[in-house]
Amino acid sequence: MNIEQLDLYTQIILSLAGLIMLTSFIMLGQGRLLRLVFVFALQGLLLVLATALAAYSFSNHHLYISAAITLVLKVLFIPWMLRGHILKLNMHRDVEALNNKTTIMLGGASLVIFSYYVLHPILADSTIVLLNALALSLAVVLLGMLLMISHRQAIAHVVGFMSIENGLFFAAIVSTRGMPMVVELGVAFDVLVAAVLFGIFFLHISNSIDTLDVDRLNRLSEEDE
Amino acid sequence: MDHQLMNVLLAILQTLLFIILAPLLAGWLKRCKCYLQNRKAPSLMQPYRDLLKLTHKQPVVSKQASWLFVISPYIIFSAMVLAAAVVPLIAVDLPTAAGADVIVLVGFFAFARFFLALAGLDVGTAFGGMGSSREMTISSLAEPAMLMAIFTLTMTASTTNLSYAIAHVLGEGMVLRPSFIFALFALVLVAIAECGRIPVDNPATHLELTMIHEAMILEYSGRHLALIEWASQLKLMLYGVLIANIFFPWGIAETLTLQDLGYGLLAIVGKLALLAIVLALSETLFAKMRLFRVQEYLSFAYLLGLLGMLSHIILEASR
Repeated sequence: MNIEQLDLYTQIILSLAGLIMLTSFIMLGQGRLLRLVFVFALQGLLLVLATALAAYSFSNHHLYISAAITLVLKVLFIPWMLRGHILKLNMHRDVEALNNKTTIMLGGASLVIFSYYVLHPILADSTIVLLNALALSLAVVLLGMLLMISHRQAIAHVVGFMSIENGLFFAAIVSTRGMPMVVELGVAFDVLVAAVLFGIFFLHISNSIDTLDVDRLNRLSEEDE
Repeated sequence: MDHQLMNVLLAILQTLLFIILAPLLAGWLKRCKCYLQNRKAPSLMQPYRDLLKLTHKQPVVSKQASWLFVISPYIIFSAMVLAAAVVPLIAVDLPTAAGADVIVLVGFFAFARFFLALAGLDVGTAFGGMGSSREMTISSLAEPAMLMAIFTLTMTASTTNLSYAIAHVLGEGMVLRPSFIFALFALVLVAIAECGRIPVDNPATHLELTMIHEAMILEYSGRHLALIEWASQLKLMLYGVLIANIFFPWGIAETLTLQDLGYGLLAIVGKLALLAIVLALSETLFAKMRLFRVQEYLSFAYLLGLLGMLSHIILEASR
């Protein structure tokens, strides 16, 4: 079945999936923290659009609530909080020098292929949109992990962690037409609590080692002595 | 026979339209930029006046320059005209467009660039060689990205002929393709790099440290300079038309009636005007990159092209 024979809803979901993956790639190559947080908020917005679209198309009204929760948490509150931390710790002028950006990007592209390769036999008899959207959400999860590996700033790690959660959320939306409300509320509060805890950790790390560069944490080990 | 003759005439007319409209696009782009930067804008006709003024001046050629330096402007300009003949502007299915495909188009660009770089090297000034080496570095990275983006289109339409591919996209109606989103981004990034627009090169300055295109043509004057300027305006318009007609082909004439052609002309002028506004906006918002960051920029363009191709193969092709 080719894409031109699918209905408009499926086409939009596939395009949104593609755009969510694109935002993951943009985050991967971003050296400035404020822009990283902005792109993360953008990814959240795309996720909200996908959720609202799913809610409309399946007429599944509780999905509107999860869209609203995502909007408030991942588009507004968490980016706002991270932005506050970055400004307070005076990190908005730093540009993180990513070593070997091109290799990281191509590594990301191969992760996308890998997630298709993994999911293809599992979902051989599912619909085209499910396979693609699931593969893309797995790719977003893996790209979030790659973001955490390749960046050195703790704030970038948190953004990577949150974007992993975005990938899982997207997978849930397209594959099971939304999780039960209880699960979703639980996850949302987990994310919220995690964000607050991360804020406290940021303060502690920057108080004790005067930077959020996690490579510097190695200095605490005994090898240096 | 009569019908065919008319088609050929139309194709020639379309190419002429391309050549005539190119300075207008450059003028409009400059005007938009001036408005955005609170400057007083020159008239839309200014690029034409500049070209006319240059053709009246006597070209000065260095004694060290060989014949290559003198014929290069003509070769570059003719390569661009040939490229313009391949790209559908207001109508699809014209004979020139049917004769050559998109790989030939990329070939024309490469051919023109080769002679431009040779001409830059030929006079033996420091800047000329520097500009040529920079231009070749950038284009060697930009070309794969462009081919990748264009192959996404050609795989969708299963033809490398630009005219048929556009007709195919047009025939499908409104289809949202993830691969086209990626290809569009990739092609826009490549177009900015190849036309020497702001994040990569600034065509409006002669700053020694950063210039690329200007460094190569520093020794040109008179009608030679006019031809090269015109060719680079044509190149900008070619990329603009490629972006406008591949990704937003609506309005282009499919039948060769007078009414359809008129609509096609209106549509492409409108699309190019909009595109120029977007370009002017991005040039005002972004600062120029350091030269050594251009490869990161272009590798991102390549990555987008690659992702577009992957999304086509994986997301859209039938299983």
